[in-house]
Amino acid sequence: MKKSVILGAATIAGLAAGAAAAGTVDDVKARGKLNCGVTTGLVGFAAPDANGEWQGFDVSLCRAVAAAVLGDANAVEFVPTTGKTRFTALASGEIDMLARNTTWTFSRDVDLKFEFTGVNYYDGQGFMVPKALGVSSAKELDGATVCIQTGTTTELNLADFFRSNNISYEPVPIETNAEAQQQYLAGACDVYTTDASGLAATRATFEAPDEHVLLPEIISKEPLGPLVRHGDHEWGDVVRWTLNALITAEELGVTSANIDELSAGTDNPEINRLLGTEGTLGEMLGLDADWAAKAIKAGGNYGEVFAKNIGEETPIGLARGLNAQWTEGGLLYSPPFR
Amino acid sequence: MSTMTDPPKADFRLSMLINDTRYRSLTFQVIAAIVIALSIWYLGNNLIQNLRAAGLNISYSFLGDPSGYDINQRLVEYDSQSSHGRAAVVGILNTLLVAFLACITATVFGVIAGVLRLSNNWLVSKLMAVYVEIFRNIPVLIWIIIIFTIMTAVLPGPRAFRGDNATSSMLFDAFAFTNRGVYIPRPVFANGLFGATILNWLMVIVVLIGSWFASREIEKRATLKQEATGERPKTFLVKLAVWLVPFALLMLIMGLTWDIPALKGFNFSGGIKVGGPLIALWFALSIYTGAFIAENVRAGIQAISKGQTEAAAALGLRPGRIMNLVVLPQALRVIIPPLISQYLNITKNSSLAIAVGYADITATLGGITLNQTGRAIECVLLLMLFYLTASLLISMGMNIYNASVKLKER
Repeated sequence: MKKSVILGAATIAGLAAGAAAAGTVDDVKARGKLNCGVTTGLVGFAAPDANGEWQGFDVSLCRAVAAAVLGDANAVEFVPTTGKTRFTALASGEIDMLARNTTWTFSRDVDLKFEFTGVNYYDGQGFMVPKALGVSSAKELDGATVCIQTGTTTELNLADFFRSNNISYEPVPIETNAEAQQQYLAGACDVYTTDASGLAATRATFEAPDEHVLLPEIISKEPLGPLVRHGDHEWGDVVRWTLNALITAEELGVTSANIDELSAGTDNPEINRLLGTEGTLGEMLGLDADWAAKAIKAGGNYGEVFAKNIGEETPIGLARGLNAQWTEGGLLYSPPFR
Repeated sequence: MSTMTDPPKADFRLSMLINDTRYRSLTFQVIAAIVIALSIWYLGNNLIQNLRAAGLNISYSFLGDPSGYDINQRLVEYDSQSSHGRAAVVGILNTLLVAFLACITATVFGVIAGVLRLSNNWLVSKLMAVYVEIFRNIPVLIWIIIIFTIMTAVLPGPRAFRGDNATSSMLFDAFAFTNRGVYIPRPVFANGLFGATILNWLMVIVVLIGSWFASREIEKRATLKQEATGERPKTFLVKLAVWLVPFALLMLIMGLTWDIPALKGFNFSGGIKVGGPLIALWFALSIYTGAFIAENVRAGIQAISKGQTEAAAALGLRPGRIMNLVVLPQALRVIIPPLISQYLNITKNSSLAIAVGYADITATLGGITLNQTGRAIECVLLLMLFYLTASLLISMGMNIYNASVKLKER
């Protein structure tokens, strides 16, 4: 007699839907930990240091959000994502927010159903070539082999740039920054293209950084920023205003050095509202009154985070440029805290 | 006189579905089928509801939109203005190309290694054992990356070929081995019989198929003569002529010239470029799967009783002929069924292509397109459909071949 007994078919029914419903703030508080999506490793933006601690510009934002919501800058679970996996990880609820050099575009915002909560780095796509090639402009790259990170906006910008300038190229799609570096240094591609900040970060890790140049052309607008899922506006507000708090703190001169002193109360009402000694901004967000103070304490204000991770004093050596405060001629302009 | 009557039919009762062995297995199967159908319905419903909650829908209209990205190995016309659907076709062709090439070379490696592993020469058989064990027991992705990394690190870049004091030079002034791929001369017909290049190549293929049929005919006649007289006529020279003469004539008529690759700008241009990613993937898949095939071949040969070899040797056959005429034809019956699954493995493992930047279907449709359109479910369903179809077709083709070499039982 034949028997076919299917075991486990019923257990499938036990699998609940993965998508988290509204209420990410409560989820994070209940979990006691923030799940933050970062890159698989880009020095200066997000990479584990010698002790295995994640460090970097994007990492600092995750830590600031964790500090604002949970009061602990270390209560973060960092989830490394590639260009390919990042959106799936966010949409499925595996991570609560994504801070991964992600370009804010119309289709990602509207069609992929995400909510960008601001811009933490104004960037543009550039090209890096070895000095030995003797190339001084991207328009001279006719017939070059170009390494690109697949699954990014850079792939599409590259195709557009070469088509509009009527020159040809051969793409080499690469999954991660580390692979691209290996290919580029072995000479398997002439050019490496990605966001200029990423190029600078990559070049900083070379043995001989001065043998490579970044070409002057910046061929696209790449506003990089943190994003969350569509539809959970309370959580979106928390991430948005945490970033704004860091930017406003720099504008108002609140630093990690003087914040304890300023938290006692100042005669500047905006600083008071920001640090929670006046008004009920924290309550409106569903957080403690000193949420922004905790976020700023986590790693300093925007300027401090920038200087510590990617600024001119670091091996990466990025100038503030567009990322200076609006008062300094840059683009950083946080809405007021009132 | 007694009349035969049927035993009275027992009335059907519901409890018989469980207690009566005639119905019990059926009952369980029906229950299992219902459970499976319900789970599938539940999961599908779950997906649709969650998509609706997120404001997403399932739609394949993106396949007609311009893709906006370029692909480095195109077997058909394609540029960044072509549609996502066309990009998927380019990917499919790339997958089929690498799978086809790797199946052939893996079989060659496998047969050679399998036969040599049974060699009486201790050193040769141990060497083959080491090859098989090392390659079988390390994941294929690691082999792909190792081979690609070695290729890019060891071979010179195109820049090394430039200038008066170039560190590298082209082989026979026609072949360039660079870390971006191998450039080989491309045959060009100066005065083809047809306007379209593809028709000229079809002509070449037709002539070669004709030669193949002719040489098979010569073999058949030689066999007939051998069976009639016991003497086998020498066929080698005649066969060589049948292959070469028509081919050479055709080439003369069409005016064959070679387009030699030359260093221009950043890269070599002209000739045919066999890209580094293709070579790395092809070689890695062949040598990895070759190790598995070697074991299948060894099993097949060992399944043939030693008496066959001894009997053939007693007839005075040389070892090479014993292997080709007596042992392998019988061993094929054991080798082919597992060989089918190795071919399927090659096809499926080729989806690791993106690790070395080879644009196969997983890299185009399941990679860039999925990413740029955000249509993950649709792309993955299409991928599943493609791999399933390809696997079933390979399986079908090989099963037909298997039926032809199977032991004929009458």
